[in-house]
Amino acid sequence: MAGSTLEIKDLHVEIEGKEILKGVNLTVKGGEFHAIMGPNGTGKSTLASAIMGHPNYEVTKGSILMDGEDVLEMEVDERAKAGLFLGMQYPSEISGVTTSEFLRSAINAHREEGDEIPLMKFIKEMDQTMDFLDIDTNMAQRYLNEGFSGGEKKRNEILQLMLIKPKIGILDEIDSGLDIDALKIVSKGINKLRSEAFGCLIITHYQRLLNYVTPDYVHVMMQGRVVKSGGAELVERLEAEGYEWIKEELGIEDETVGQDA
Amino acid sequence: MSVEMLAGYTTDYIEKFSQQNNEPDWMKTLRADALKQAEKLEMPKPDKTRITRWDFSTFSHQGEAKKISALVDLPDHIKKFVNLEADEQNLVILRNQFNSYQALSADLKDKGVIFTDIFTAMQEHPELVEQYYMTEAVSVDEHKLTAVHAALMNGGVFLYVPKNVVIDTPVQAIFWQEDQDLALFNHVIIVAEENSQVTYVENYLSDHQETKTVANVVAEVFAKANASISYGSVDHFAYGTTAYINRRGMADRDSEIKWALGQMNDGNTLSENVTHLLGDNSFCYAKAVSVGRGDQTQNFTAKTINYGKASDGLILQHGVMKDRATAIFHGIGKIEHGATKSNAEQESRVLMLNKDARGDANPILLIDEDDVTAGHAASVGRVDPLHLYYLMSRGISQKEAERLIIHGFLAPVVSSIPIEAVRKQLTDVIEGKVY
Repeated sequence: MAGSTLEIKDLHVEIEGKEILKGVNLTVKGGEFHAIMGPNGTGKSTLASAIMGHPNYEVTKGSILMDGEDVLEMEVDERAKAGLFLGMQYPSEISGVTTSEFLRSAINAHREEGDEIPLMKFIKEMDQTMDFLDIDTNMAQRYLNEGFSGGEKKRNEILQLMLIKPKIGILDEIDSGLDIDALKIVSKGINKLRSEAFGCLIITHYQRLLNYVTPDYVHVMMQGRVVKSGGAELVERLEAEGYEWIKEELGIEDETVGQDA
Repeated sequence: MSVEMLAGYTTDYIEKFSQQNNEPDWMKTLRADALKQAEKLEMPKPDKTRITRWDFSTFSHQGEAKKISALVDLPDHIKKFVNLEADEQNLVILRNQFNSYQALSADLKDKGVIFTDIFTAMQEHPELVEQYYMTEAVSVDEHKLTAVHAALMNGGVFLYVPKNVVIDTPVQAIFWQEDQDLALFNHVIIVAEENSQVTYVENYLSDHQETKTVANVVAEVFAKANASISYGSVDHFAYGTTAYINRRGMADRDSEIKWALGQMNDGNTLSENVTHLLGDNSFCYAKAVSVGRGDQTQNFTAKTINYGKASDGLILQHGVMKDRATAIFHGIGKIEHGATKSNAEQESRVLMLNKDARGDANPILLIDEDDVTAGHAASVGRVDPLHLYYLMSRGISQKEAERLIIHGFLAPVVSSIPIEAVRKQLTDVIEGKVY
């Protein structure tokens, strides 16, 4: 199966009138794992949120195309149905809605009406995937993210990723707040999806995750732009030397866009 | 309005109506006294809602009697509330306030359980009904509506559970308002004697929509020492029905009363649910959900009053308001002097779906004792756009996402409704009201 292509061109994004992204260019194709790195406040999470259509972010210029289709014209649910998935840094807690009820709705949303997933098949897939991610199966009956620990929330995001099987997955700091065991499990989940049909954009400011999930391409963001791109070797250099050398190379004094983005 | 409400309902009329139902003398007297009081008493003045223009006067008082030969012959919209698969039914259906279907298992009959319509109960067990009918819980003279209720009471059920009898399967009453303009002056009495246990579920259903009429419902619920009553309800009066609903619990020592009320009326509604925690260590959990739509105005009160030591009163109200609907949710926890070690907790939450919908929560704690615990939480808000974003980011449509959020919001109460068929119907009613 041929993979999809997500193309981001000259993307400018504002939040509450303040410009955070100042012309991002990036293309992610099926089969490719991209990592976006960079210090805090450089626009990484804004990029992820803008792609998915977060209500607080306004795209002022540029385009996002998914297999040539204009993503910016799509509602949030249409973006998901076009094959995009965002594993969120701060997933919402939805009281009264069980995780399993939600997962089933999400899976069925990706299927045609009248072709809903049979209940037993759903339960089997959910249980197997939970088991793979070392999640206690009672999570299925708990309310979505309510009272979940940080690690449980992150695993739940990966559980959704694995069950929904998007064409392009964007993971926004999926590694933050995870201990090493949880990090290994989350990485195992991401690696299992690696195929020609799946492209992934991993946003992180730690190199740690990338020790377990090897990116094909690495991009560094500063001041709301991608300022440097390279291969996996870039991760090693960043780990050894930090970001200072990039700032020096490009003559950047303050890498942030003025607020925690 | 005071004149209109009782227009045509003279002493003679009341006496004739009582005669026709073969009522005992005490009931005849009670009705006649109530009629006199009704002429004098004022309307209730609920906090923050003006009901002076509500139409409590347009209705007819007697409907057409029709039997129900078998449950399978019921029309679908009534049948779906009944579990037809059950081996034995403990069920009373009042159709236009006439006892049209009645079933009680042989086992429960043998144990002395009484479950029948209020008129039959008055004939067969006059002393028992007299002991509880508007004596200890609700009084005739609280205001005009209670007095009118007593004067014009035209139906209801009586449930009596003897000492030490534990009823495992729920007992169900269906009040079916089939005649368009028939008022329901409905009276429910539940008595659970010492150490007994019962689950009771009732449904109020209207066939019509716009036709003007009135519902004036009183329920009196008595849990004796160490008894347990679980009381579930789905109220679904139509748009044209102006409703006054008064459900009151009296909890003795070590007893518990658990309410799960689905307040789904489409017309203007004044509803109060008050539980007196009389005995030491008595317990009440009053849960209610409401959905307001159209231009209806509703006023809900959930109240617990702690008298007994170490008594525990809990209130949970969740309301969803859409269109131009207005509702106020009063939560009142009152702790009387001497009710040491008692507890009063309440939570009221209102979710508004449209900009013109209005909902308010009004939490009140009235405490006359030092050695107690109490707490309240209240919130009024809209669907969180970030919650919608999260659900939609998984491909779920906005409509479906809102549906999930609203069901989730109402779930804590809906899941407490004791009969599965009724729980499912409440979910459907919510679905019908919200979308």
